[in-house]
Amino acid sequence: MSDTTFASAAERRKLVRAGLARRHLTERLFRGFGVLAIVLALGFVALLFTDVLRKGIPAFTQSNLHLAVTYDPELLKVDPAPVQAAGQSDADIRAALLAWERKVAMLNWNTVIEAALRKAAPEGFEIDSRQILTIAETDARHRVRQLFVENPDLLGQTVEVEVLASANADNWVKGNINRDLGDAQQQLSAPARALIDFFVENGTITQGFAWSLFTNVDSRSAPASAGLLGALMGTFWMMLIVIILAVPLGVGSAIYLEEFAPKSRLTDIIEVNINNLAAVPSIVFGLLGAAVFINWFRLPLSAPLAGGLVLTLMTLPTIIIATRAALKGVSPALRQAALGMGASKTQMVFHHVLPVTFPSILTATIIGVAQAMGETAPLLLIGMNAFVASVPATPIDQATALPVQIFLWQGNENRNFFEPRTSAAILVLLAFMITLNAIAIFLRSRLEKRA
Amino acid sequence: MNTFIVAALLLGLLALAYQLGWSKSRALATSGGTRVHSRSQYHGALVALWALIPAVLILAIWAFFSPGVTRWYAVSQIPTDVLTSLDQIGLNQQLQRIRDLASGFGVTGDVQPYEQAAGENLARFQLLSFLIMIAAAAGLGVLGLWFAQRRINPRLRARNEVEHAISWALIACSAIAIFTTLGIVASLVTEAFRFFTYINPLDFFFGTVWAPKFSSTGTGDAGQYGLLPLLAGTLMISAIAMLVAVPIGLMTAIYLNQYAHRSVRKVVKPIIEVLAGIPTIVYGFFALVTVGPFLRDFGASIGLSISATSALTAGLVMGVMIIPFISSLSDDILNQVPTALRDGAYGLGATQSETIRNVLLPAALPGIVGAFLLAVSRAIGETMIVVLAAGNAPILRGNPLEPVSTITVSIVNQLTGDTDFTGPQSLVAFALGLTLFIMTLCLNIVALYIVRRFREQYE
Repeated sequence: MSDTTFASAAERRKLVRAGLARRHLTERLFRGFGVLAIVLALGFVALLFTDVLRKGIPAFTQSNLHLAVTYDPELLKVDPAPVQAAGQSDADIRAALLAWERKVAMLNWNTVIEAALRKAAPEGFEIDSRQILTIAETDARHRVRQLFVENPDLLGQTVEVEVLASANADNWVKGNINRDLGDAQQQLSAPARALIDFFVENGTITQGFAWSLFTNVDSRSAPASAGLLGALMGTFWMMLIVIILAVPLGVGSAIYLEEFAPKSRLTDIIEVNINNLAAVPSIVFGLLGAAVFINWFRLPLSAPLAGGLVLTLMTLPTIIIATRAALKGVSPALRQAALGMGASKTQMVFHHVLPVTFPSILTATIIGVAQAMGETAPLLLIGMNAFVASVPATPIDQATALPVQIFLWQGNENRNFFEPRTSAAILVLLAFMITLNAIAIFLRSRLEKRA
Repeated sequence: MNTFIVAALLLGLLALAYQLGWSKSRALATSGGTRVHSRSQYHGALVALWALIPAVLILAIWAFFSPGVTRWYAVSQIPTDVLTSLDQIGLNQQLQRIRDLASGFGVTGDVQPYEQAAGENLARFQLLSFLIMIAAAAGLGVLGLWFAQRRINPRLRARNEVEHAISWALIACSAIAIFTTLGIVASLVTEAFRFFTYINPLDFFFGTVWAPKFSSTGTGDAGQYGLLPLLAGTLMISAIAMLVAVPIGLMTAIYLNQYAHRSVRKVVKPIIEVLAGIPTIVYGFFALVTVGPFLRDFGASIGLSISATSALTAGLVMGVMIIPFISSLSDDILNQVPTALRDGAYGLGATQSETIRNVLLPAALPGIVGAFLLAVSRAIGETMIVVLAAGNAPILRGNPLEPVSTITVSIVNQLTGDTDFTGPQSLVAFALGLTLFIMTLCLNIVALYIVRRFREQYE
């Protein structure tokens, strides 16, 4: 009897041992899957950032062309600029100045640029004028002309001017385009390419930080000078509107719902409604903006005002939910102490509860603003994808936004040049996001420690 | 300039009213030693409210009506014979000239005598109406101020009245959220109904061909608007995204929640959450220039033809975007499962993975399903990744390696920069938006309900 028990016990132990090996294997496998998942997730983060960095960083340097430009009176036949005479009205002198500037603009400034380029080229270098002009960006002539309009005394003088090399020249210098491709597939002619290589060697073309990325507005005719200034200002106006409107409205709404609202059917519906709004796709907010703000209220199309309002409505639920959570977390002792000292409910909320929740509200606001900043889809529907080559001076001027500018640039035909530019714009956007989030984290830890 | 005057006026009125109310209340409290119901600040605030609200109302009315009235006056200054000879554009130019004369900037060319007179009259009229408005606003403000500060006596319940005003302001804030939803529903439904006057709803919801003919705008031929190709594309991409995001997100959450050391968790969790903060346009660009070409080359190397922009490209990248969403929601939910359940399983000799698979996950299942549904709703409504990487080919087919199109892509294509909403070509965006809104709304309501029930179960 005891023998059989012993035998069966040994049997069972063997069984368990065998099972245990299998079970430990599954355990290790399961753990392995977990590690694999984390490695994959982290790998995606790393891949995304290295990819954008690798593509974007070269675009922060750009080829500059140093030219000695001569304002040759032979080439530039123009009258002196008009001066305001006594008794002439403001409108009249402006008209006269405009007429003069128009005359200046009608001059063929390309001849000036061409002469400067030829002077820098080796003696007797054979290249026709159309080809040599492809080396400088098309806005070089505007820059040279602008210098003259600002200072008409330059006529007859020679000045050192730094202009941008064209996008194609920049591609060639940086090797963005395959140098071994045949003439038919190259954007630049063979003499122009040879001349660019010569310019790089003798220092006429140098690489410098691409300030144009931050100081210029978007440009189609002169891709090398296309910059983000307009988009940055558009984004700035929209974020200003979002902060001014969304924070007081969101915090006020949260205070009412959490502290004052009677528990009723209605407040239940509002609560469900806000949770749903937080999960409504952003493009639906764009449709709302197109139908209500643009079509019904007749707000100007492509203006940061309409965009800012749409983004405000999108950000509100985020701020409301976060503020309510913060209010919920305030200790009842604080409330009871305030009420016990004879404070009214409003005094209790505004003097005692709200200051404690300040760090959370601030963090929620910053995160909400960062989210709104990266939003693209709703802005496309209210016309902010229009090509705008000016800096919006007010929130009702035409403008575009940083993410929309990224969308527009990625679709540009000059891929060799605009793929790095787009990546650079993405890096600027990500830098803003990371800065905002870092500020949020820093402020939270600082303020919470103090509280 | 005018704006600054108005703002300065309002600020001055505010300060004056507050100061008067405050000092009167102060005098009451200190002189006779009487007990005043409210503190001086509340008296000040009450008087300020009484002074400011009428003034702001007047200004708002003026801001609303003044452009119309000014224009009407300017038009009335143009002689009738000139007026009849002008068309709409000419009239606007004429008005601009008069305005330029009135502002003192002047115009180019010869100035007609009537223009000169009209400009001077307009300048006078603008000045006069501005002064009247200022006087009315200030007068009414002062009247309100006088009335309110006369009311101040020790028994005035100023605090209660101010708090009442505050609570109304707070209610107005909460109403915004309701109005947003109402605005979304109203605008989508009205415009979608206008679309359905052009196109039979049955053709829309059950049509298998998507061919909105832009070139035929204005002619009778409206094109075909079948939803099914777009719906199929949307669901296919969402399914691929879920196949990527759910296993990775869930396993990440489980590992970080159950296995990982606290220091590992502290580093890894924020890094993964970085993925959630990246704007979708960045993912779209990444999909378009990196993932798409990689998949195409990879497919070519194993003899498979994969388009650079396809449902697979968009779905994969969207899956990456959703990973942090799933992992942080699941993490929260796993945290809420009582430790007693876990300890019980350990006590019976279960290994860690057996505990997780047989005890923890079944207990957390409802919450995880809720998180899954929320993630699906987000995938369906995602726009920029699919706009850039899905290839925009609204054809009904089941191959994920080919380009597809989705509901959101079509909304963007049909509506960018177009606002007159005259034909079905642009109105269809609202019908699509309505479909999208209802789909995500149902998913959200169900998901939020499940998650809420789950929380209550263990509370």
